[in-house]
Amino acid sequence: MNIKLDAAPKIVEPTVYELSSPGRIGVDFPDPDVPRAELPDALLRAELPLPELSEVDVVRHFVKLSTFNYSVDSGFYPLGSCTMKYNPKINEDTARLPGFANLHPLQPIETTQGALVLMFQMQEWLKEISGFDAVTLQPAAGAHGEFVGTLMIRAYHEDRKDTKRVKMLVPDSSHGTNPATSAMTGLKVIQIPSDERGNVDLDALRAEADETLAGMMLTNPNTLGLFDENVEEICKIVHDAGGLMYGDGANMNAMLGITKMAHLGFDVMHYNLHKTFATPHGGGGPGSGPVGVVERLARFLPAPIVDIVEEEADGLPPLYGLVDPSSTIGRIKAFHGHFGIIVRAFTYIAMHGADGLRDVSEYAVLNANYLLARLRDTYHVPYDRICMHEFVAEGRWKDAPDIHALDIAKRLMDYGFHPPTNYFPLIVHEALMIEPTETENKVTLDSFVDAMLKIADEAHATPDLLHAAPTSTPFGRLDEVKAAKDLILCCWLPEDYENQ
Amino acid sequence: MTYIPHSPKERDEMLAAIGVEKMEDLFTAIPEKHRYPELNLPDALTEMEVATELSEIAQVNETTQDLVSFLGAGVYNHYIPAAIDHILTRGEFYTAYTPYQPEISQGTLQAIFEYQSLIAHLTGMDVANASHYDGATAVAEAVNMAMAQFRGKRKKIIMSASVHPQYRATTDTYTQFAEVEFVSAEASQNASESLIPLIDKNTALVVVQYPDFFGRIFDYTKLGEAAHEAGALFCIVANPTALGILKTPGEMGADMVVGEGQPLGIPMSYGGPYLGFFTTRNKFVRKMAGRLVGESVDARGQRAFVLTLTPREQHIKRERATSNICSNQGLLALAAGVYMSLLGQNGMKQVAELCYHKAHYAVEKIAEIDGFDLSFDTPFFHEFAVTCPEPVAEINAYLLEHGILGGYDLGEEYPEMGNQMLIAVTEMNSKEEIDAFVAVLSEVNHEH
Repeated sequence: MNIKLDAAPKIVEPTVYELSSPGRIGVDFPDPDVPRAELPDALLRAELPLPELSEVDVVRHFVKLSTFNYSVDSGFYPLGSCTMKYNPKINEDTARLPGFANLHPLQPIETTQGALVLMFQMQEWLKEISGFDAVTLQPAAGAHGEFVGTLMIRAYHEDRKDTKRVKMLVPDSSHGTNPATSAMTGLKVIQIPSDERGNVDLDALRAEADETLAGMMLTNPNTLGLFDENVEEICKIVHDAGGLMYGDGANMNAMLGITKMAHLGFDVMHYNLHKTFATPHGGGGPGSGPVGVVERLARFLPAPIVDIVEEEADGLPPLYGLVDPSSTIGRIKAFHGHFGIIVRAFTYIAMHGADGLRDVSEYAVLNANYLLARLRDTYHVPYDRICMHEFVAEGRWKDAPDIHALDIAKRLMDYGFHPPTNYFPLIVHEALMIEPTETENKVTLDSFVDAMLKIADEAHATPDLLHAAPTSTPFGRLDEVKAAKDLILCCWLPEDYENQ
Repeated sequence: MTYIPHSPKERDEMLAAIGVEKMEDLFTAIPEKHRYPELNLPDALTEMEVATELSEIAQVNETTQDLVSFLGAGVYNHYIPAAIDHILTRGEFYTAYTPYQPEISQGTLQAIFEYQSLIAHLTGMDVANASHYDGATAVAEAVNMAMAQFRGKRKKIIMSASVHPQYRATTDTYTQFAEVEFVSAEASQNASESLIPLIDKNTALVVVQYPDFFGRIFDYTKLGEAAHEAGALFCIVANPTALGILKTPGEMGADMVVGEGQPLGIPMSYGGPYLGFFTTRNKFVRKMAGRLVGESVDARGQRAFVLTLTPREQHIKRERATSNICSNQGLLALAAGVYMSLLGQNGMKQVAELCYHKAHYAVEKIAEIDGFDLSFDTPFFHEFAVTCPEPVAEINAYLLEHGILGGYDLGEEYPEMGNQMLIAVTEMNSKEEIDAFVAVLSEVNHEH
């Protein structure tokens, strides 16, 4: 929206630069206990334009900012495709144990056996959960895992001197990262339409399954929240054409203990530890995107992976170390992965066990289907069948032409909820993608349904309420056009204000 | 133990509302022979049990708290002020998602905006993005950005061999299917001079590190000028601690300044998660990958912040996006922002000077030991290479027996630098620790 103001905007909370006052110190350090060395004059900076604040200034500032945020800890966050489940507190404590937090990644392995055994075990658990033969923990996020997967697919074909395979297929319901990743790997992206049940259109797939096919990236359950009923046939078509199947594990929260992705025919898949295994999203990261592969791809995994380098002998435990797979695609970040995130997910899996993980998926799917059952008469669901962990409804009605998904999303904030994902997937008009996760109780789900039904009434009776929303949040709708036009991306320094 | 709150009665009511009898009925779309596989995992633990088990695993490690550390090579042991983690552990920050809904995400958005500002001012650049995964991937993204800038018409990247070996390796992996050639001069040479003759009209980008991987400080101004004369871009990989006192990469004419933000209040945590910072000039902002927060106003006339220039990103542009990145290291950017706010200009300078003085004291003492020589006679910051009388691995094993974590073995990545150790000294190392380190090193010649 475009907002016209008569006066300068009101500052709700000043920036750290605006709060700065010369001479204030937030943290002090001791004087040097060694003689001062001569500084290289020609190489010194003239000024360091950073703010000056006391510790209490800093703490109050950031605490104030935190109160402007909605979070899983503050309420229901049914953001489709993001799996905003509760993040157990114990995971934060285990990741911060001094024995983990104060470990340098380049220490000799003899001093880091605790970390290495944990990573080795995590690799084993992830293999077991999805049926793959090998796992790397190195990727920093889901998109990073996708990048690893597509690089490995290319490396596999090149290794076989099968160099004409330049084409990657993605369904039209796919996450934007799938085509972006394929393009980064130099592959040509071909979009495959969905059929009327939300499955991959098999005829369209067959038409592209030729000798130039590198592979296909498929999210299953897909971004409509639907399990593709033809997944085995899809994998067979791609394999018969000589391609490999990439599984986008973004929606694994529906699949734990329900099925193993490798058994369905996937050759490579990334896991999102920050979705499925309850590590926090951190306001946008860090995530962690381990990748699992079947045997024929194992030697291409990025370097290093954790393995036993000396077998158990003479009553001594095995020695774990970092190993480069024989045909590795190389290193894809510095060091060994987001270890702190891996510790959190390890804690989570250890507390759940097989039955607990299966419960996670069953209840995630139960919650989604319950919301679907209660909302489908009011909100049109274009691909309406039993869903997995999420479903996609339309945020529009023919008899309320001025109302868009965005208005519904903003109005939900007034009822105290985080909105669902909107305008994704692109194949649903005015999409509202709703993922409740397993950690929400029936009372919460019922109150969310009540709010959604009320909003549907308001959309018809008092649409202005929706257009004006949100009104009960600390901030109203933003002028996004102004942000992109002015491009103020950096705080002004005090002298900039003076020069204004 | 799970975090599922349903009572059996509620579950049954919900199944009835859906119109199925039992949980299994929800999964009939999954091929029957692959449904409900056996999952061979250890029995579930309670929170009390898992806390004990994880503590026991953690205690197996010998950390930089148990040992006296002189290990750096891209990851540094710095003091982390207590206030940082108290802010980071506020659920409002760490359990929030990407701030796509600005009305209820101003905390994250303003914190990122401030982080962008602090990083831009620290590096002497116009604009920073909301961050990349780490220093290595930030370098790889800089290379991608330069390749995109010339639309593949320039195919040469001059990547100094004294850039962190893992950053170079990561960049190689990122670009392995791209048509691009990497060249460099010898690592031991002064990159500010040795790279100039390599620059030509086919050069898209020149990348150097500051201080370089061996801790050396060079003024890269002339190199930057040479790059620009040839129409190439110029990227400096910088250590943020050093920028507390050193001339900024911005002053040296860099078009991009990237690096590892771990020294800014982030625990070493066995290699991650860290923070890749990325800055550039205003004129290149639309070519930069990664999230950006910009200032705007809300409908109530309040200053507010919002993700901007999103049309560059994958969720809009799909295969035509600047990168596939769809996250940032949000919580670690917050940590770095709090760190720089707490330290401010005085603290950042203090830490940098402490590192500098202590490292120079260590060099002076080590150079006095028989058989140990400083590898380079150039200005350095808080890390330096030493040529040792014995293989570094053997010296490190001996140091470890004395509770000291020795430096990085340069021979691992630079075969021509066998017997050379890269030693890092920070504000965390006391004079006593440095003296003890020197004392054990001086025994090396006698012990072997």
